[in-house]
Amino acid sequence: MNNLKIFTNGLLKENPVLILLIGLCPVLATGSSMNDGFGMGIATTFVLVSSNLLIAMFRSFIPDSIRLPVFIIIISTFVTIVDYVMHAYMVDLYASLGIFIPLIVVNCIILGRAEAFAYKNTVQSSLIDGIGMGVGFTIAITLLGAIRELIGNGTLTFFGRELFNFSTSLNFQPALVFIMPPGAFIVIGFMIAGIRWILKSS
Amino acid sequence: MIDNQMTWYMIVLSALLVNNIVLIRFLALCSFFGVSNRIEVSLSMGMAVVFVLALASAASWIIWYFLLVPLNIEYLRTASFILVIATLVQLVEMYIKKTAPALYNALGIYLPLITTNCAVLGIALLIIDYKLGFLNSIIYSISVAGGYTLSIILFAGIRERIEMSPIPDVLKGAPIIFITAGIMSLAFLGFAHLFGL
Repeated sequence: MNNLKIFTNGLLKENPVLILLIGLCPVLATGSSMNDGFGMGIATTFVLVSSNLLIAMFRSFIPDSIRLPVFIIIISTFVTIVDYVMHAYMVDLYASLGIFIPLIVVNCIILGRAEAFAYKNTVQSSLIDGIGMGVGFTIAITLLGAIRELIGNGTLTFFGRELFNFSTSLNFQPALVFIMPPGAFIVIGFMIAGIRWILKSS
Repeated sequence: MIDNQMTWYMIVLSALLVNNIVLIRFLALCSFFGVSNRIEVSLSMGMAVVFVLALASAASWIIWYFLLVPLNIEYLRTASFILVIATLVQLVEMYIKKTAPALYNALGIYLPLITTNCAVLGIALLIIDYKLGFLNSIIYSISVAGGYTLSIILFAGIRERIEMSPIPDVLKGAPIIFITAGIMSLAFLGFAHLFGL
């Protein structure tokens, strides 16, 4: 498989969230605004890329029978790094993501890619696979956050900058339910239906 | 949200309905969507979660207050909890297989699934964040698991009906299931602020 194919595989054909439907808890819980969704996506991508890289490097030293505990230790090391770095430098984001930062360790995408890809492939292709899957995850969670924020609050903010705001216009009534829990389920349902419709018609 | 000043029945009410773990807090979604095909299967899964969650939060409470805090190694929280939970599930599985084969046949295949169930690690972390006492932690984790069981059984009941209903082609499968969960979540949102919780 060439590198471009590995990269685009995670973006669309095997998008972890929209096609494979794994790692959904953080997507639905933290994708309530564009900013939070993007932050969660980047944190997960960092852990995914680093653990893929390390596991691919050490794959000939890891004994087959205890590979899962080893993967979990490697993943939880990177999760702890993200946890402490975010707490120190991005206090607002850390507060709104809360418990879902340490919970990256049980995200099925990361353990899944370690087991299915990084343990069997070279360092270079594992790196590209990690980036592809991570970007696919980030796009899905950011898009979900953007849709929910737009309908539920009428704004679109990204790193403190307001990209879009029609909450002040007179005719706009925000549908609050979209930034509350039910909105996440409903929006992701329609996103999956949308991507299936696009893939089917193309 | 939960603290030591609350009475036990307020903790139960909050965990069971107001802050339902699946529909309001978004934990344990993989198994919620994965094994909610049939009511009987959901019931077994729910029972397995009650069992493991109570044991896992007791174990992680002890590890946190008697090992990590005295030794000043709080940064090992995530790593040590996930390893303890994974080991615990393995031990429970071996023990049940040996002593209670009937129970093993009912719960067996669901026990390994629970290791990657984010509710178990999530609740272990939450009882530390809320600074709950030992007894309150056990009550809280059992009622959280009760909330999980309640919602997965209700959802399985709805899904059995969905299978026989005419649904537009693009919405078949996952999309309609998510939208249904959304409507259920909307119903549970009605419990918000009940008794000031």
